[in-house]
Amino acid sequence: MSRKRSDYRSTFYSRIENFVNGREEFLLYRPTGRTEAEKLESLEAELTEAADLLDKREEQQRIQDHTEPRDFLKRFHKLYGVVATLVCLTMMMLLMITVSWLPRFGNASNPANNEVIKRYIEKGQEETGAVNIVTGLILNYRGFDTMGETHVLFVAASCVMILLLIAEGKEKVSRYANDRQLEPKNDIIVQKVAGFLVPAVFMFGIYVILNGHLSPGGGFSGGSVIGAGLIMYVSAFGFKKTERFFNEHVYKIAKISALCFYICCLSYYFYMGAHGYDNHIPLGTPGNIISSGLILFINIFVGTEVACTMYAFYALFRKGGL
Amino acid sequence: MTVFTILILGFLIACSVATCLHRTLFTSIIIFMAYSTVMSVVWAILESPDLAITEAAVGAGITSILFFVTLKKIQAVETMDKEPEGNEQETK
Repeated sequence: MSRKRSDYRSTFYSRIENFVNGREEFLLYRPTGRTEAEKLESLEAELTEAADLLDKREEQQRIQDHTEPRDFLKRFHKLYGVVATLVCLTMMMLLMITVSWLPRFGNASNPANNEVIKRYIEKGQEETGAVNIVTGLILNYRGFDTMGETHVLFVAASCVMILLLIAEGKEKVSRYANDRQLEPKNDIIVQKVAGFLVPAVFMFGIYVILNGHLSPGGGFSGGSVIGAGLIMYVSAFGFKKTERFFNEHVYKIAKISALCFYICCLSYYFYMGAHGYDNHIPLGTPGNIISSGLILFINIFVGTEVACTMYAFYALFRKGGL
Repeated sequence: MTVFTILILGFLIACSVATCLHRTLFTSIIIFMAYSTVMSVVWAILESPDLAITEAAVGAGITSILFFVTLKKIQAVETMDKEPEGNEQETK
């Protein structure tokens, strides 16, 4: 179905028609592309825009001049303070009453001291091979819980990415430039201090991860220590230097492979446990670095995952991408 | 309970109250950082060093940094040499 165009005179075909009819020279003539009607339309649009802006400004002025809402706001703030204090006091009182009803801390007859705790403490080292009972408990007895927690962290990272990730392009560059404007660039004191501290922080994080089954700590603590070290390095030296060793490519590979291996390790536990098979992974002698079966590897994978996530949070907040 | 523990617990309460009551957000966050650092000492006193490590890294380090970055994103941090624009001050 054909339809009549109001701006036929400015189209390519009308110029061909004019050329065929000998009314104009096709090759020399270059129309500006805007007819009188279009010009008028754009002018009108500009005018209405300006009028809108004026209206908005007048309205703002009216709101500012108007004193009544301000009084209302003041009264609201006073009431807000009173109500907030009341709610806080009520909450505190309720919690205090509840605490006074709780059984005494450390009492042997408490309901928390049941056969589960006894089993964990007495047989934990023997069954999981981990000297650090807490790690053995979290990653072995309660591996399913820990998997859920890892999923929570993963969902949180995804939400931050949905909110803050900016696609490649001009906006990313400009956002990054705006972000760096306010702070001192390449501050020598920060750089020197970071040069001393960052290797120590990394070493400590790696130590905490690798000794998760022997000494206090584990994947999450060590991973967050490494993430904090990465953030420190970035804030001292900027993203350009960090991207030499930790860019989006490395992030993707590290994070995805860590997640996959982690899920593989846990699936092995779940499968063997659910079917009642024996665990064929040797536990080793408790106290050695390479012992306690899969716990060491799970710690390493969780640490990598957490370090990547922490750094990703910071990078997403700062420049909207990795 | 030793004197040291009582002192530290008092400091915790003072920090938490000051975090709520302070006017500028920037100072509140720094006080919150101090709260987290002292909290990690408390975890160490309570004989749970793994929690102490996590609290020091996440509570005092990463959470505060994320707070700072958020403040900067919503332009609530006043720089030392430059006062913010007039309408920005009003919105605070």
